[in-house]
Amino acid sequence: MKHTINELEDIVSQVRRDIVRMVHGCQSGHPGGSLGCAEFLTALYFETMNHSPEFKMDGVGEDLFFLSNGHISPVFYSVLARSGYFEVSELATFRKLNSRVQGHPTTHEGLPGIRIASGSLGQGMSVAIGAALTKKLNKDHSLVFSLHGDGELQEGQNWEAIMFAPHNKVDNLISTIDYNGQQIDGPTEKVLSLESLEAKFTAFGWHVITSSGNNMEEIVKSLEYAKSLTGKGRPILNLMSTQMGYGVDYMVGSHKWHGTAPNDEQLASALNQNKETLGDY
Amino acid sequence: MKKYTYTEKKDTRSGFGVGLHEAAKLNPDIVALTADLKGSLKMDAFEKDFPERFFQIGIAEANMIGIAAGMTIGGKIPFTGTFANFSTGRVYDQIRQSVAYSYKNVKICASHAGLTLGEDGATHQILEDIGLMKMLPGMVVINPCDYNQTKAATMAIAEYEGPVYLRFGRPSIPVFTDPDQVFEIGKAWMVNEGTDVTIIATGHMVWKAIEAGEQLAELGIDAEIINIHTIKPLDEEAILKSVQKTGCVVTCEEHNKFGGLGESVARLLSTELPSPQEFVAVNDSFGESGTPDQLMTKYGLDTINIVEAVQKVIKRKK
Repeated sequence: MKHTINELEDIVSQVRRDIVRMVHGCQSGHPGGSLGCAEFLTALYFETMNHSPEFKMDGVGEDLFFLSNGHISPVFYSVLARSGYFEVSELATFRKLNSRVQGHPTTHEGLPGIRIASGSLGQGMSVAIGAALTKKLNKDHSLVFSLHGDGELQEGQNWEAIMFAPHNKVDNLISTIDYNGQQIDGPTEKVLSLESLEAKFTAFGWHVITSSGNNMEEIVKSLEYAKSLTGKGRPILNLMSTQMGYGVDYMVGSHKWHGTAPNDEQLASALNQNKETLGDY
Repeated sequence: MKKYTYTEKKDTRSGFGVGLHEAAKLNPDIVALTADLKGSLKMDAFEKDFPERFFQIGIAEANMIGIAAGMTIGGKIPFTGTFANFSTGRVYDQIRQSVAYSYKNVKICASHAGLTLGEDGATHQILEDIGLMKMLPGMVVINPCDYNQTKAATMAIAEYEGPVYLRFGRPSIPVFTDPDQVFEIGKAWMVNEGTDVTIIATGHMVWKAIEAGEQLAELGIDAEIINIHTIKPLDEEAILKSVQKTGCVVTCEEHNKFGGLGESVARLLSTELPSPQEFVAVNDSFGESGTPDQLMTKYGLDTINIVEAVQKVIKRKK
């Protein structure tokens, strides 16, 4: 391992501080899903993926990551900055005018680490498959990772992609579902039931693994396991259980913090629960 | 009137198929994708000679656009092929976010555009695609006029870095442009120099404009005919230079009058050189089933419609 679990957990603590401070700073953005995926993104960028913060769009010879549920941009930006893709001070410009750190991730302003715009939901798996196909054509044996919201699976394009990847043996792809059971209007089971995602992906021909996304040791192991399953003719689906808002007690498990910013008092409480480990931006 | 002749008729989609195959021979990074329409898009030769670079996506156009966007990451140059309706309206948001806003080097190649798709009817006859595509920042929009020009355009866009919408069609029409032409994106082609009126035409309407020019010559009207194959970026210099000379313009396109070439020309002239303009285009309508010729007549896209529009616009000159 490149880091101990304790070191990774320290990074996660700082990432959580970044998330709530960014969202508080502009009084907009999506803290809930961002907090819930802090362990996952930290594990990917600090442990699992082979990548270089000397950003090159083509990413030849590197593992690539695509964020399909672009509204959890705060966690993505924080992890990219903490990995060295750009200065952490730039996080302070989140959602503000003339910033590269846009509300949703985009290549348009040239922020290092972003390879596709996302925000309009349901498009990222297709893009990840495309990048994976190009890696195969280029005889590049590195991997492609993607992250999708569970509610996002209500978008039909996903199912076109989910059908395509096994048929075409896209086995250099590890897609993760942030399975937190929440979306803007309420629990997914009330808005539009997902039923058994494990059964659905399995029926479509994916190799499905389940993981616990808010346990650092477990998510690191799960991602290593997922990597060991690549190259065997099937795409890998990591069905990752998380809690929206994890790490901030008053946000945990509620869709109400999907897209709401904390006030000053709530920010102070959130920061009290997550110690400063790498220095605030 | 300069004399144009032809010895054969061919479909522009076949020009695309040959151009794609030629471009693929020259550049190993070119890949082709289709959503269950490889035969209609004339991609069979590509698939036969470059099977590892050919991707059958199935009837899933949104996925096709997303995959194409992803394939550019790592240096591939994807050409997607399906009907114009399914290349644009069906996948507008995928093109907007994953291709245009992300500025990916994807070539969206669209056959069966306009009324001349014929008998399938209005569900398949998109007349809004030029408007949809030209509104996207950074998108190049090309609508070539015959087999040779479509082949040349296909090869040219392979060399261009950035998103492109290439629009062509199903029917066999006269092949009248130079088989060895070099296609220059954004550069108008002067079909015929004249002094009385500027006829600006794109796609299948260019041959009809030539026929109209011949009829107008018999009536004593000297028409300048310009082929605008690249609707965006528009060759503003060529248009302004011509209208400066003739004082009026008729635009001709197989597209809704809203959002097409005509409106691009009107926008230019209204700010730079206000001039009388008539539109030969579909009058804010869907199409219907029929033969291509029947439909072009019914919807006012025939040679006679261009002649009448010219007579009308000349009367409006001060």
